[in-house]
Amino acid sequence: MKKRIATVSLAGCFGCHMSLLDIDERLLDLLKLVEFDRSPFNDFKRFTGRCDIGLVEGGCCNEENVHTLHEFRANCDILVAVGQCAVMGGLPVMRNAIMHAEDPLRECLETAYLDSEYVLNPTNSIPNDPALPLLLDKVYTLADVVKVDYQIPGCPPSSETLWQTLNALITGHRQRLPYELIKYD
Amino acid sequence: MAEKFTFSLDGQEITAEPGQSIMKAADAAGVYIPRLCDTEGLKPQGSCRVCVVKMNGRTVAACTQPARADAIVESETPEIMGYRRDLVRMLFHEGNHLCPICEASGRCELQAMAYRLGITQSTKYPYLQPVRPVDASHPDIVLDTNRCILCGRCIRASRDIDGKNVFEYVGRGVHKKVGVNGDSLADTDVSIDDRAINLETCPVGCIIQKGRGFFTPIGERQFDLAPIGSNGKGRKA
Amino acid sequence: MPESPLSKHAKAEQAVMAICERFGNDRTRLLDILLEVQARFRCVEPSLMECIARQIGTYRVEVEGMVSFYAFFSDSPRGQVVIRLCDDIIDRHAGTEEIAQVFSRILGIGFGETSPDGRFTLEYTPCIGMSDQAPAALINERVVTCLTPARAEEIALGLKQGLGPGELDLPEGDGNNLNPLIGSMVRNNIRLRGEVLLSDVPADAGLHKALRRPPDQVREEVERAGLLGLGGAGFPAGRKWRMAADTPAERRFVICNADEGEPGTFKDRVLLTERADLMIEGMTIAAYAVKAREGIIYLRAEYAYLRRYLDTVLQRRRDQGLLGTDADGPGGFDIRIQMGAGAYICGEESALISSCEGLRGEPKNRPPFPAESGYLGYPTIVGNVETFCCAARILDRGAAWFRSWGTKASAGTKLLSVSGDCERPGVYELPFGISVRELLDLAVAPDAAAVQVGGASGQMINMSQFDRRICQEDLPTGGSVMVFSAKRNILEIVEYFLDFFIEESCGYCTPCRVGNVFLKRRIGKIRQGLCQPEDLDYLRELGKTVAETSRCGLGHTSPNPVLSTIANFPLVYAALLKINRDGREASFNIQSALEESRYLAKRRSMIYDPTYEGD
Repeated sequence: MKKRIATVSLAGCFGCHMSLLDIDERLLDLLKLVEFDRSPFNDFKRFTGRCDIGLVEGGCCNEENVHTLHEFRANCDILVAVGQCAVMGGLPVMRNAIMHAEDPLRECLETAYLDSEYVLNPTNSIPNDPALPLLLDKVYTLADVVKVDYQIPGCPPSSETLWQTLNALITGHRQRLPYELIKYD
Repeated sequence: MAEKFTFSLDGQEITAEPGQSIMKAADAAGVYIPRLCDTEGLKPQGSCRVCVVKMNGRTVAACTQPARADAIVESETPEIMGYRRDLVRMLFHEGNHLCPICEASGRCELQAMAYRLGITQSTKYPYLQPVRPVDASHPDIVLDTNRCILCGRCIRASRDIDGKNVFEYVGRGVHKKVGVNGDSLADTDVSIDDRAINLETCPVGCIIQKGRGFFTPIGERQFDLAPIGSNGKGRKA
Repeated sequence: MPESPLSKHAKAEQAVMAICERFGNDRTRLLDILLEVQARFRCVEPSLMECIARQIGTYRVEVEGMVSFYAFFSDSPRGQVVIRLCDDIIDRHAGTEEIAQVFSRILGIGFGETSPDGRFTLEYTPCIGMSDQAPAALINERVVTCLTPARAEEIALGLKQGLGPGELDLPEGDGNNLNPLIGSMVRNNIRLRGEVLLSDVPADAGLHKALRRPPDQVREEVERAGLLGLGGAGFPAGRKWRMAADTPAERRFVICNADEGEPGTFKDRVLLTERADLMIEGMTIAAYAVKAREGIIYLRAEYAYLRRYLDTVLQRRRDQGLLGTDADGPGGFDIRIQMGAGAYICGEESALISSCEGLRGEPKNRPPFPAESGYLGYPTIVGNVETFCCAARILDRGAAWFRSWGTKASAGTKLLSVSGDCERPGVYELPFGISVRELLDLAVAPDAAAVQVGGASGQMINMSQFDRRICQEDLPTGGSVMVFSAKRNILEIVEYFLDFFIEESCGYCTPCRVGNVFLKRRIGKIRQGLCQPEDLDYLRELGKTVAETSRCGLGHTSPNPVLSTIANFPLVYAALLKINRDGREASFNIQSALEESRYLAKRRSMIYDPTYEGD
């Protein structure tokens, strides 16, 4: 039976998803082994059933990320943190450097939207549409929020790294990644 | 001259001179023991503990422990490798190590050590995410202390080779850091030509030479090609 | 006319230069120089660091390294009166928090703060060696003990009205604490006098006998007696002496470690007060045995109130011809006192040597051992106060007499500092091998449910283990025995000890600097009920890595409180652990993570505020 896979990008850049697409013609091999459930690849917005593997790119910077991550944890047998943002927060986690300030979130938003000399913001306002998910007080890694079974480091992990890891997960044959496929950048 | 003797390192017979450290003797024999705070040309200080080995059952730092005749030394055992992974992870979690944006990525010894030790599994350690300053006051040099692992190589290089004492440890415990001899780096007599500033001295991306980032293409960087220690001596090819 | 800032600074520099000169502009006396500068200016600010560095030929950053290492130094001004309230676990249980509130209320400042008029600073400090009379505090150098809210209020009001710490009206202590040179309210609380140290000892009997024998025989006598270092590490004292004597050198040193910092230990305080002569006699014998001419007593900053008395004893002994480089007697041996500056790690012998050398109190790499290459690179014996006292007694009464007490591996008697939940806290001199139960009976601790043997770095044992014996073969200790009744929270104690180690780790090596922080965080999470059974494996593994890979005794033992409580109090942990079924991390709290955002955006969450219906 084909394994069911779900994927999502939280506070990430979709780079890890792009990297998976970079396995090129092996996508056809992959599709012989798996069926995609919820994923940007097929634009399914909701889970249609229980999944064997959930691949999560990006960390958690807002409430929607947390909600989605909880759904993934609830619906996937194996949850994999894919890429540096999911593993340790990545670039978004840099905002945690002001976490210890008096009013960190305000400082962060004001620097991003108002104070920086590189910002052109004629209305001088911070975006606050009700449709925007609320930001979290800081950026959390996946493991801060849920139990994570595996992680694939890299920014992004190379297509070869993703391919070999996925293969191992799908077939259940654990293997050590060769040296050149372990990268944190 | 005092007589040479031998000891066993993971079953291999290694020749040593009296007073020579386990590390030096192993290096001379072409056997690599992982290390971060120790590097060629500087006095060993035994602080990162990545070079721990068991000598006759006792855990010691290979860089500071003199070899002993007939000692049984274990290095690449599952137990020791486990300690090393823990220690390297501690360093990753203690500072702010953002490999994707770091100038040293690909030539960073901390990163390379993690690769060599095959650290891919998720860790339960918390990220401490400290708030640490960046000192860009100097015209040629930046200190991004977020990436400092307190190896003290710059301290020793500045003191023992440059004769300047630009750097020194200040504070204690988890608040320990490398301080500079002045209000900021621009206040000191540091120079881009100092051994302390040499790209080989800082194992991570804490000491950065301005205008010299990302100079080697990805795929051709030092540790893209071979694991740290491949040539038996760690960093230098 | 107000002084111009320039001339004020010039004057300060002059004063600092004079201080440096008094210590011969000697780089190795930097600790003494900084102690005086701190006392005079209530801080060592960067401009003064620069001045000191220039004067003694070093670098400002090295001086900064020292100032930032020791807790008693600061780079911004402290108050004229610094109140250091002991927040050791025993003191906390005795009511530190209440006392703290009284000081805060009356002086109008919080802990860690200095009053705007520069008069007062309030600080917490780890164990000051008064656990038998907790809660206690240091007011500058003066010790106040058995604090109650009423007494704290009286003290704070007195200080506020302008009384100096020395002018406070406090009760009298006992024994030699009444000596005008000490004049302290501290009580010795000697509960049981054994024959070796606390019964009457004849003055200098051991020294006179030692001087009639050749040095190698003196060393042999100590080795035969099986005297182990009594500070906690338990290294054979005689072997240290032999190593030092056998190492060819022009100079040798004898250092007495009076940096009693292990939480819950205070027996050296009593010996320094009541047996100073015996201790110095022991040091003099050691000097004779290894041909040392110079000695140092490293006295912890918290015991500064004993300094004047000890100086006087040293001077008297010089006058008696028992000390002094000019004396023909005991090999021309003299002793100076080196004050510490607030660093637990300096109780580790090589860190203590670093500290004496004017360096950061970081342990040194071994080998070489201090007995081969110690202070300034010369062979150095470092021994605990109690060890030197015992050595003097051994030379008087002989090795066989000494061995008639104790066990095979631990000869002699031991001074035990008992504190916590018992009726008779204090010092007990008992032969090694005594069971914990016997000790608890003597101290009248019928409610004891847990006993921490050996201080923060020791073992916590449960009631079923009270028949275990205090000795090298079973439960080694430097003397600290803390008793806890069933009403105490074991994990609060463990978390406190980890906080202590985090604060006191020198930070030199990775596992101790970082690993202890990780241990503490997980214990904190367990206490909040946010952990799962697997977390015990995490603690065990992490604890093992820290213990195995750390560079010195601090890191080797800092996981002990965690590891011994997991082993001996499994139910305490089990009650707090929950099996996680939904895969969510219990410690992640979405509500608190959103709080600031709700406030800033002035709206509620569409996902996590269930009653939210939108605008």
